[in-house]
Amino acid sequence: MNRFRTLVMRDLRLALRQGSDATIAVMFFVLCVVLFPFGVGPEPNILARIAAGVIWVAALLASLLSLERLFQNDYEDGSLELLSLTPLPLEAVVLAKVLAHWLVTGVPLIVAAPILALLLNMEAGGFGVLVLTLAVGTPILSLIGAIGAGLTLGARRGGVLLSLLILPLYIPVLIFGAGAIDAAITGMTPRPHLLLLGGILAAALPLAPFAGAAALRQALE
Amino acid sequence: MSAFAGSELTCLRGGRLVFTGLTFRVAPGDALTLLGPNGSGKSSLLRIMAGLLKPFRGTLAWEDAALSEDPDVHRRRTHYVGHQDAVKPVLTAAENLAFWAALGGADDPAQRARAALERLGVPHIAGVPGRYLSAGQKRRLNLARILAAPARLWLLDEPTVALDRAAVRLLEEIIAEHRAGGGMVVLSTHTDIAMDGARTLHLDDFTPAGPDDGSDDGDEDDGDRDDTPHARETAS
Repeated sequence: MNRFRTLVMRDLRLALRQGSDATIAVMFFVLCVVLFPFGVGPEPNILARIAAGVIWVAALLASLLSLERLFQNDYEDGSLELLSLTPLPLEAVVLAKVLAHWLVTGVPLIVAAPILALLLNMEAGGFGVLVLTLAVGTPILSLIGAIGAGLTLGARRGGVLLSLLILPLYIPVLIFGAGAIDAAITGMTPRPHLLLLGGILAAALPLAPFAGAAALRQALE
Repeated sequence: MSAFAGSELTCLRGGRLVFTGLTFRVAPGDALTLLGPNGSGKSSLLRIMAGLLKPFRGTLAWEDAALSEDPDVHRRRTHYVGHQDAVKPVLTAAENLAFWAALGGADDPAQRARAALERLGVPHIAGVPGRYLSAGQKRRLNLARILAAPARLWLLDEPTVALDRAAVRLLEEIIAEHRAGGGMVVLSTHTDIAMDGARTLHLDDFTPAGPDDGSDDGDEDDGDRDDTPHARETAS
């Protein structure tokens, strides 16, 4: 547990000193959402109607943007090899890196989302659920993404490959995330959507580190 | 007697047989030097010993217990120094080192890191970010890692690359101390590292014979292998 914390703290420190990953993800998220009013026109009703979907799609893409480098730096400088030789199991290494990735890129998205929702004229009833779905959903994005990041490690144009691999797997998260917000706005209960999202998180939390570690072992051979 | 041994090891890389029928044994206090031309499998053997690679055939054992039964315990008692120095450019040397010391299970990582840097003769780089370190300083930092957390078995893959003469002498001393305390060292090298009573293993003794060897599927793109016959003569 101590080793796990050490690794998370190191990744956070690296992210804070480099600074780029966290800010790029959240800047991309904001810009992506801001583009929509320009594209579909400043009609408040249309924007309000598509707000939930737009914010969720932008969150998916922003999360994907930083995933490519989840293991890349450690792989290239030999740290990953050494991490696989420490007493900390590789599954725990994956989980620690995912946790750090989520804290650095996922949490800023959750904070920025309500402001963007305001910008898109989303109905007030959806704000709480928006934050809730992102809080449950973004860890799933990081977890599933870790499998793809491990699988594409060492591949040329790994980032493109990663998107092709991972985006289809994000679809259920998108459906239930945006669905919950729509339900809340139209006066229905978002509970079933949220429960399904929670279910996906409960499944991904133990399974993704195993799959990610298996992918890393393949890359380290 | 807690010896580390491998028997009848075969290594297959990219469809090419690197070595076969390799047997070794390292007892406490022993040092084993791996010699051989480029491409003869020194790094592969060290990676197999570390558990990074699985041997195609053959077994590794510690005190007659097969390693494959308990890889976690093996990781706890092994330090591996490869070709890459694993130095993070934005962390200082002391932070880099303390991180590995903490993962290796040292009680007071910061203190151990300082002591290890001192021992490697570079206490002044403690506060310097990794990106400003020279190749030799990075290598010293990587070697300090094996001192920062205790482990019985050291696997060093060409540890003297980028080191100056003084650092090589220092490394020799450190290895001698480690062996005096019952530690084991396996290293590959192209330069001379003085180690009393060290045994050598010539890897070209285990490279499969030329084209008439049926197991070679012709996937040979490694030009370094051309000098194998010559190296074999000098080895025998």
